[in-house]
Amino acid sequence: MVKRLQGAVPEVTLEGVSKVFRTGATVLQNLSLTVERGEFVTFLGPSGCGKSTLLRIVSGLSPASKGTVRVNGMTPENARELTSFIFQDATLLPWRTVEQNIGLGMELDYAARDARRERVARMLELVGLSDAAARYPRQLSGGMKMRVSIARALASKPRLLLMDEPFAALDEITRDRLNEELLRLYAEQQWTVLFVTHSVAEAVFLSTRIVVLAPHPGRVAHELAVDLPWPRTAVTRESPAFEKMVTQASRLLRGVHQG
Amino acid sequence: MNRRGLLLVHSMLVFAGLVVLWQAAVWAFRLPVYMLPGPWPVALALCDRLPSLLNSLWITTEEAAGGLLASVAVGVAVAMVFAQWLWLRQLLYPYTILLQTVPIVAIAPLIILWAGPGILSVTVVTFIICLAPIIANTTQGLISVEENYVHLFVMHNATPAQILFKLRLPNALPNLFTGIRISAGISVIGAITGELFAGSPRVGQGGLGYAILYANSQLETSYLFALVIAATLLGFVFFFLVMFLEWLALHNWHESSRSHLSE
Repeated sequence: MVKRLQGAVPEVTLEGVSKVFRTGATVLQNLSLTVERGEFVTFLGPSGCGKSTLLRIVSGLSPASKGTVRVNGMTPENARELTSFIFQDATLLPWRTVEQNIGLGMELDYAARDARRERVARMLELVGLSDAAARYPRQLSGGMKMRVSIARALASKPRLLLMDEPFAALDEITRDRLNEELLRLYAEQQWTVLFVTHSVAEAVFLSTRIVVLAPHPGRVAHELAVDLPWPRTAVTRESPAFEKMVTQASRLLRGVHQG
Repeated sequence: MNRRGLLLVHSMLVFAGLVVLWQAAVWAFRLPVYMLPGPWPVALALCDRLPSLLNSLWITTEEAAGGLLASVAVGVAVAMVFAQWLWLRQLLYPYTILLQTVPIVAIAPLIILWAGPGILSVTVVTFIICLAPIIANTTQGLISVEENYVHLFVMHNATPAQILFKLRLPNALPNLFTGIRISAGISVIGAITGELFAGSPRVGQGGLGYAILYANSQLETSYLFALVIAATLLGFVFFFLVMFLEWLALHNWHESSRSHLSE
């Protein structure tokens, strides 16, 4: 069962955040949002609504043009040790084995070899890839690659997880299974998650809250609390409550498409 | 017989066919031995002069390998500087192209004038013609890293040195090997071209290029043929040595080597 301190501590706060690209295009305009510790917030919206840009701002990879961003009270750059970013493609280094890929963050941190090996082994177990430790990325399926990517993110013990359409390239069965695994880990690890997706069903299944963004310029259009019971499993997807939520979210999303 | 064995037999047959054709041409046109020696006089010359041929071969090997290795070391260093400071690359890139377009036969005498005749100046000539492909290919590999990979490293607070050595350099390895393969082929040509001008401190003894000139002036055409064959084989060996190293470095992870294996 997921136990969290909802409503207690803000983990991510954005105040009046705008982002203007060098081309002059306004991607985000005056966006304010608070994500509390332990929340799983999913951003839905048509292309051009600035979902990915939002994650980049929270990670500090791309600074906001205006407004303030705080992660656990710190600037995004200073909060990087608490933050892991999971990209759409698994971004595994092809010349490293699964094991070496998962250990990358610790290696860059000059962690001791033994500690590294131990943690990598635990992460492999966590994502069910212990047998694939010595394989190279090209020998893995898309789903396995994404598992390695998740294991690598978890190895640095993040508190905040930023996920930019991580399962978009996978087939539906694999995606559903990884969704379930992600929630299992989420329940164990007490993270805060900001998640970007195009799939309404995925958003409903994973989130505690869905934020629908409208495009041109990107701004918050709707917020939707997802109060489906925990733990969520494959059975959840067949429940009438789930269907209802998906319908509701789809309707909101359709509203912001083409204004 | 398996496919590989069959291929070997076929290659031998092609080789034998070429030798027969060669001999047939000598008989048919009644060419004197100083114009076109047949396979037999060439083989004889090869056996007779084997020590001096091996000596020449060794000198040329040293020069070509030395120039090639130096060009790899310098080329990779230059590429790393170019990748780190792109404005510098824009400023200096045209000059690396000049390296490639300058006629080596024109500057070889100059280099020999400056560095003196002998192995050193020939190595420098080889180095110069090998350098451009290394720089161009390695730079390409260093800068063509997908943005998300850089972001991944930045998220781990990686230092610029870590990004260079743990991300950009491994990413450039396939390109580096493409460059080395090109340069390995031309390194032997560069060394021989250098030798044509460099001469030798001792009469009759020097690298393959010098020996070819000498054999030509003495009308020892059979020996000249043997030398040309040796030079060609040397280039061949260089090329395959690099292919092998490339396979060693990349076969675990790079797509290019997988297609080799499955063929």
